Amino acid sequence: MKPAPFAYAAPRSVEEVVALLAEHGDQAKLLAGGQSLVPMLNFRLARPEVLIDLNRVPGLDGIRLDGGLLRIGAMTRQSTLERHAEVLARCPLLPAALHFIGHPPIRHRGTVGGSLAHADPAAELPAVLACLGGEVVAQSRRGERVIPAAELFVGLMTTALQPDEVMTEVRMRLPAPGAGWAVLEVARRHGDFALVGVVALLELGGEGAIREARLALFSVGPTPVRARAAEEALAGRRPTAEEFQRAAALVEEALDPDSDLHASAEYRREVGGVLARRALTQALARIPGREAR
Amino acid sequence: MSQRPERMHRVRLRVNGQAREGVVEARKSLADFLREDLDLTGTHLGCEHGVCGACTVWLDGAPVRSCLLLAVQADGAEVMTVEGLAPAGGLHPLQEAFWEHHGLQCGFCTPGILLSAYAFLREHPAPTEGEIREMLAGHLCRCTGYEHIVEAIRAAAEAGAGAVPPGSA
Ligand SMILES: Cc1cc2nc3c(=O)[nH]c(=O)nc-3n(C[C@@H](O)[C@H](O)[C@H](O)COP(=O)(O)OP(=O)(O)OC[C@H]3O[C@@H](n4cnc5c(N)ncnc54)[C@H](O)[C@@H]3O)c2cc1C
Ligand code: FES
Ligand code: FES
Repeated sequence: MKPAPFAYAAPRSVEEVVALLAEHGDQAKLLAGGQSLVPMLNFRLARPEVLIDLNRVPGLDGIRLDGGLLRIGAMTRQSTLERHAEVLARCPLLPAALHFIGHPPIRHRGTVGGSLAHADPAAELPAVLACLGGEVVAQSRRGERVIPAAELFVGLMTTALQPDEVMTEVRMRLPAPGAGWAVLEVARRHGDFALVGVVALLELGGEGAIREARLALFSVGPTPVRARAAEEALAGRRPTAEEFQRAAALVEEALDPDSDLHASAEYRREVGGVLARRALTQALARIPGREAR
Repeated sequence: MSQRPERMHRVRLRVNGQAREGVVEARKSLADFLREDLDLTGTHLGCEHGVCGACTVWLDGAPVRSCLLLAVQADGAEVMTVEGLAPAGGLHPLQEAFWEHHGLQCGFCTPGILLSAYAFLREHPAPTEGEIREMLAGHLCRCTGYEHIVEAIRAAAEAGAGAVPPGSA
């Protein structure tokens, strides 16, 4: 199992990357952590003529908290973000989600930008971006543009990134202090891709009613799915077990997953509802001084 | 200066503390370079897509899958393979624990597990059984049923193997 021959370049600046992309277009592939692309090369599912390695481009990694915004360089390793003390304190759902990705040697190489660009339907990070309401920055010879999460994921392993674009930065809105959260998934073994998963965020208002609930499910369709009907039904309600049960039913109703070798569509829908309910319950329990009643 | 895409590349790196070099096709994995060009056959290849863990080596101080890294990407890097773990003619305490507790049968999975376990023990000097098992989820073993590997890693932790530098007994 060896890749077909290709030419390889390791540019030293974003300008060089963009120039190489402009020159080679869809004959070229960007190489980030290689944890998804190299298996595809080895299986010859991808046969690019040119590989453009991003690993020697300075300034494409790094983590910054900028007011309410978390700014992550596209080449930031998943393991670096997972261990970042300020991220752990301000946005613990992100390290919790990263911990589900493969195993430590995979996360040492795998990048934040690579996972989003690859857009595997079973991947955790696209759902995190959908839940937090994030965006990514893309650069090409034509200039720079910002793509919101809702527009980034357009289909199965397909994003709005064009063949001449490189993602340079990922931005995520930090949850309000005191917001509850949960990341839950069902997989055969730790590190396997999820059969079903959910990322949840829960914010209460002054009177203890739900100000905002957000639920992003993954591995239940070609792209991450925001459970809008359930989110709307929860807004303004008391966070009770009955409300969460109602929300779970709405999640289940809204899902339209496919069957595959790993799980049937019925299984995915039912587990999606159950995980949503558990995630809301867990999120509530994480709000200081709260518990489901 | 712009970098032209090329099919052949010169690679200079340090492996187990020694300067090594070679000329490789861009498509050659670090694993194949170690085995075929540098004759370091302790690194094993099971699946060549990141799942089995047999090819795990250290790159600049952290374990990575050498089947998913191109040799050319390791230019200038510091690599450690299982050959670098043991002192000349002896065994590292982690290897000692695998020997003592029957942590291997055919040994195909062992080099990768050793390199992951060594990194793991440095971060978790007193791991729980659950943590050991989670770490092992990244490594497939067709022989042992894992029980003895868990025991070996627990014993290695008790012996402080994570604190013993590579190449010493
Ligand atoms: C054994 C194993 C288990 C795994 N388990 C999981 C899991 O449970 N959950 C999960 O989410 N993932 C999992 N992964 C995949 C994950 O680790 C990858 O890191 C991720 O999908 C891709 O990131 P990468 O940096 O390795 O990107 P690469 O593999 O280098 O690239 C992936 C794709 O994204 C494109 N790309 C990369 N960076 C950019 C950029 N900056 N701009 C534009 N395009 C870009 C590439 O051209 C390529 O098409 C697993 C991988 C392995 C090998
Ligand atoms: S050969 Fe690299 S993980 Fe299996
Ligand atoms: S000892 Fe044979 S594969 Fe693990």
